[in-house]
Amino acid sequence: MEREELGPDQVRRTLRRLAHEIVEQTGDLGPLALVGVRTRGVHLARRLARDIQALSGSLPPVGALDVTLYRDDLDREASARAKLQRTDLPFSCADREIVLVDDVLYTGRTTRAALAALVNFGRPRRVRLAVMADRGGRELPVRADFVGKNLSVRPGAEVKVLLEEIDGRDALVVRAKATAPGTPSRGPAPEDSP
Amino acid sequence: MTPEPFRRKDLLSIRELSAGEILFLLDQTDSFREVNERDIKKVPALRGKTVVNLFFEASTRTRASFEIAGKRLSADVINLSATTSSTQKGETLRDTARNIEAMATDVLVVRHSASGAAHYLGRELRCSVVNAGDGCHEHPTQALLDLYTIREHKKDFQGLNVSIVGDIAHSRVARSDIAGLLKLGASVTICGPSPMLPAEAGCLGARVTTRVEEAIEGADVLIALRIQLERGAGANFPGNREYATTYGITRKRLKSAKRELLIMHPGPINRGVEMSPDVADGPFSVILEQVEYGVASRMAILYLLAGRKADEPAPSPPRLEEQAPEPAPLRRTEDALAR
Repeated sequence: MEREELGPDQVRRTLRRLAHEIVEQTGDLGPLALVGVRTRGVHLARRLARDIQALSGSLPPVGALDVTLYRDDLDREASARAKLQRTDLPFSCADREIVLVDDVLYTGRTTRAALAALVNFGRPRRVRLAVMADRGGRELPVRADFVGKNLSVRPGAEVKVLLEEIDGRDALVVRAKATAPGTPSRGPAPEDSP
Repeated sequence: MTPEPFRRKDLLSIRELSAGEILFLLDQTDSFREVNERDIKKVPALRGKTVVNLFFEASTRTRASFEIAGKRLSADVINLSATTSSTQKGETLRDTARNIEAMATDVLVVRHSASGAAHYLGRELRCSVVNAGDGCHEHPTQALLDLYTIREHKKDFQGLNVSIVGDIAHSRVARSDIAGLLKLGASVTICGPSPMLPAEAGCLGARVTTRVEEAIEGADVLIALRIQLERGAGANFPGNREYATTYGITRKRLKSAKRELLIMHPGPINRGVEMSPDVADGPFSVILEQVEYGVASRMAILYLLAGRKADEPAPSPPRLEEQAPEPAPLRRTEDALAR
């Protein structure tokens, strides 16, 4: 039950477009810095930085943020499962033009946590958000400034950005939620959603 | 050996943990270290959680370390010590602890002179209990920070030779360290004058020697321990000077040691007794690193325990094999009364 929204070439083209938009809407690229949200956001941020360098000649610094400790839903199961990763910002955020980079924008809670984390590293001049996919379903007043692809999917579905660095291939896929054994499926599978 | 999730209600001993759980805790420690290196050393993870340090024995390092760890995670931390608590008025340990729990405490960090005190409270209380040292039994968070420090320098425990020199019999640090090191695949040698070697030395799984030269030769890590006069080591103790002459870790004794021998000590140090100052402050000493990593290590523990949902059942009932189990029906009645 997997539908490919973007293939490898389209993912790369989308990143180049996002890089264009960031350069176009930033003005002075000097204070620009990209901050990826672990794990996939970091890889996306690194690629965006390279694309921005190809366009403008200047390579913005890239940082990595683990927002787990800033989440509002301290979840023991999740914390017992997921290994925390180090936050690594090789620059001060003070007076920076920060672009937060994440793979999928959904409830907005990760972004809220990322903003809370970011301000501990200095007061940025401006923070904007770039995501590979926006799937709707917000629970907080958050929006993205740069969006790779807007999707409309059912709440149960999983939107996944696959990246060569981790998954061996680039793609944006939508997966219907696997029905847990014993629980009756409600309605048709989400793969036929508009 | 791969890390496996830590899902316990309490942290009571190293012996009850699996190698995978220990590795998981060491891995988690890494990211909390990064928090301690920031300008703003605080994350909101445990906002609204309450951590109580209940210390019935003197402590500088451990108590401060737990307090700092809790505060850096935004928990509310309260310190209680025996001298100022109601135990002075005759209250039992159980009553003191249950009263503290009644104030909606999430984690109780306890140090007590009685071996098994933390296990007892773990069984009695619904909040999480961390053993910060119980008598001559265990001091699991010290072992976790020791293991973390060793891994930082030696990368792998397989084939590693660790020697522990000093008053092993009265040392809870030694018991926790030995358990952890053996689980992770290191070889352990314990060394001290025979009255300071535990009666059960043979069953600990460590090589035993009374000659300090044997403990130094071939060792990759050397952990020196203080003589625990307050725990009854005095009876057979010949005196500081004689101990220093025969067992003190001095630069001269280390001439036969491996070049990269790591020097550790859980503190407090009696300089010039178990270790000479030039060794304690020497290039291979990581004693202050141990203290530094201790905060991160305790942050990892508090984070995992406080994240537990209140209604989450304790996955494994705490147990202390040596201790005879209490009759179950009686305990159930007590629980019912408590509610």
